Amino acid sequence: MHNIIYLLLRRMRVPLIVIILAYATSILGLVLIPGMDDQGNPWQMSFFHAFYFVSFMGSTIGFGEIPYPFTDPQRIWTTVAMYMTVIAWLYAIGSLFSLLQDQAFRRVVAYTNFAYAVRRIREPFYLVCGLGGAGKLVIRELAEHGIRSVIVDRNETRIQSLLLEELPLRIPGLTADVTDSSALVAAGLYNRHCAGVIALTGDDQVNLTIALTSKLLAPGLPVICRAESHDAQANMASFGTETIINPFDTFAERFAMMFQSPSMYLVYEWMTSLHETPLTEFAAPPRGTWILCGYGRFGKALQKSLSFKGIQTTIIEADVVRTNAPESTIEGRGTEAITLHEAGIEQADGLIAGTDDDANNLSIIMTALHLNKDLFTVSRQNISSNDAIFAAAGIDITMHPGRLIGKRVVDILTTPLLTDFLRMANLQNEEWANVLVSRVVGVLTDQPPESWALTISTKQTPAVTQLLKRGGTVTVQDLLMDPRDTATPLPCVALYLKHSDHQELLLPADDTPLQVGDQLLICGHASAETHMRWTARNNHALRHICSGYDRPSGSLWRWLSARRSDRTET
Amino acid sequence: MNLEKVFFAFFIVLALTLNFGFFIGELDEPNHHNVYELFAALVVSLIATIMKFGDRAHIGAVLLATSLVADLQLIAAVVIWTITAHATDAGMTPMVLASIVSLSGGALLANITSVIILVTETVMFRR
Repeated sequence: MHNIIYLLLRRMRVPLIVIILAYATSILGLVLIPGMDDQGNPWQMSFFHAFYFVSFMGSTIGFGEIPYPFTDPQRIWTTVAMYMTVIAWLYAIGSLFSLLQDQAFRRVVAYTNFAYAVRRIREPFYLVCGLGGAGKLVIRELAEHGIRSVIVDRNETRIQSLLLEELPLRIPGLTADVTDSSALVAAGLYNRHCAGVIALTGDDQVNLTIALTSKLLAPGLPVICRAESHDAQANMASFGTETIINPFDTFAERFAMMFQSPSMYLVYEWMTSLHETPLTEFAAPPRGTWILCGYGRFGKALQKSLSFKGIQTTIIEADVVRTNAPESTIEGRGTEAITLHEAGIEQADGLIAGTDDDANNLSIIMTALHLNKDLFTVSRQNISSNDAIFAAAGIDITMHPGRLIGKRVVDILTTPLLTDFLRMANLQNEEWANVLVSRVVGVLTDQPPESWALTISTKQTPAVTQLLKRGGTVTVQDLLMDPRDTATPLPCVALYLKHSDHQELLLPADDTPLQVGDQLLICGHASAETHMRWTARNNHALRHICSGYDRPSGSLWRWLSARRSDRTET
Repeated sequence: MNLEKVFFAFFIVLALTLNFGFFIGELDEPNHHNVYELFAALVVSLIATIMKFGDRAHIGAVLLATSLVADLQLIAAVVIWTITAHATDAGMTPMVLASIVSLSGGALLANITSVIILVTETVMFRR
C-alpha cells in the first residue's frame, strides 16, 4: 500500500506544483488589478473573493463576474487566468491517468494487492509455483476440496487466465520470476498459515531453486517438487525435499505393474486415477514385443521398467547419438511407414509413442494402426489443449505428464491416508488384489470408484463421537450401512483403518469397533460418501442404524416411548 | 551542483523568510502584518510540501511532516482571516489579528525545524 502512495505522490509532484502556481498567479493578479463596484467607486478584490472566483473559473463551472461586473483590465487578466488554470488541470489529470495506465505502476498495484490478499488468508494454504497443466489442476482440485492456494508464475497471460476460471475460492496470483526469493516471500513463504510449497514449473532447474529457497528460508515447510531428470531428483533429495514426483518414472512403474499384476494395477489406478478408464474397458496390455518410439526421458524410463519385467522392446529414435540409445536402435522418427516396417510393426503387439512432440506422437500412432490395427497403443501427450485429438485417435493409454503430476499432488495433499494404504497394499500379493477388485466390482456397476477418508472426530463425525463418549460402540459396518434403509449396505468398501495409536488395518473386518481419532479410508460410489457423512453427523440416523430401531427424536415422543417401554418391562 | 537540491532548499528557506516577514511586528497591529505576505507564505509553503512528496528516506519523511504542520497552521490563519473579514459584522479586531499572527508564529516554528533538519543533513553529507 505504501509503495503505491509513494509512487503516486512522487509522480504527481510536478502537476500539483503547476496547479498551485497557476492558482496563485491568477489570484494575485485579480487582487492587484483595480475593479469597480456597482456605484462606480474604485474597488479592490479581496483574497477571499479572488480565490472563490478562480476556484469556479478553473474548474470551468463559471458563475459569472462576482461580486461586481469586471472592468476591462480585470477581464484581460481573467482571459489569461482561464487558459492557465484549465491547462494546469488538464495536465494534472492527464498525468494521473497516464500514471494509472503505466505498466510499472500497475505491476506495483498488482503486487501490493497480491501481498495484501496473501496476508489476509487466515487458514492453511499452499504456495504453488508454475501455472501449467499440473498447476491449474492442483489449484482447481484444491479449491474444490476447500483448500486455499496462492500461485506464482512468470507468465502474465497465465495469471490473467486465472481470473476467467470459475473457482469456488479466490486464488491470489502473482506474475513474477519464481526463482526470485522476494516473490516467494510476498507469496507467503514466511506466513504462519503456509502449509507447504509446491514447485510445478516445467523447468527442473527452476523447481530446484524454489525447493532450495524454501528449505533455506522456511526449513519447516514441506516441499513437493516436480523433477523430470534423475540428476535434479537426486539434487532435490539431497537437501531434504519431502516429495519429488518424476512423471516419467511414475508412469513407467505403473505401466510395468499392468503386466505383472493387473489387479494390483487396478487398485492403484482406482485410488490414484491417473487416467479415467471405465471398469469394463480395462484390458491388460499384451506381453509380446513392443516398439518404443522416442528414447528420451520418457522412453528410457519405460524401457527400463519393461526390460525389468522381461518384455522385449525395439527402439526407434531420430537422434541416436544425443540420446545415447543402445546399438540395436533403429534410426528414424517413426512417423513414416518405412521405419515402422523396419522395426517389425506387423509382428509387434504394442507401440509406445513417447516423443516430446504431440503431432509426431499422433502421426506415429495413426501410421502404426494403419499397418497393424490390433496394436495396443500408448502415447505421451505434452500439451493439455490437445485433449480432443488424443481422445479421437483411439489410443489405449494416454500419458499426460502435467495431469499425472497434478493428480499425484492432489492425492498427497487431500488424502494422505491413500499413501499409507498403497504402501501397505504394495506388500500384498496378486490374490489379495484379486479379492479386493472383485469386492469393489461387486458393489459398483461400471464406473471407477471414488475414494475418501473419514476421521472419527467431533468436527467430521459428531454423532459417532457423541455415541462413543456415552459408552456405546460403533463398528465399521455401522458406517457402511444406508441410513435410509438399515438392512442395505452402501455401495462402498472399507479399505484401510488407521487407529489413533498408529496401528494399521488393511481391509478392516465389519465388526471392528471404532475409536475417537481413527482414520478410515473408503472407496465406492460417490453417492455413498454423502450418505455415510450424513450417518456420521446425524445422531438420529446413527442410532437408527446401530439399534435397527427408529427412535423418536422429538422430546414429547421420546418421553412417550420411554413410558411405553417402562410399561412393557413391568 | 544538483538543481533539484537548489530548488528544494530555496523553497524551504523562502517559506521560512516569508513567514517570518508576516509574523514580525506588534502582535495586534494591522499595519505590521501584510495580507500579501500571508498569501505568499501559504503558497510557498504548499509548494515546499509537494516537493517533499514521495521521498522515502527518513529525513524526507520528517521534512514532509514539519512542512504539513506549517501548512495546517497557515491554512487555519487564512480561514480565520477570511471568516472575520467577510462573514462577521465586527470585522478585523486586534484580538482576531493576534490569534492569526500567533498561528503563523506556530508555522514559523515548524519552518525553522525544517531548515534545521535541512542544514543538519547538509552538514552531515560528505562526499
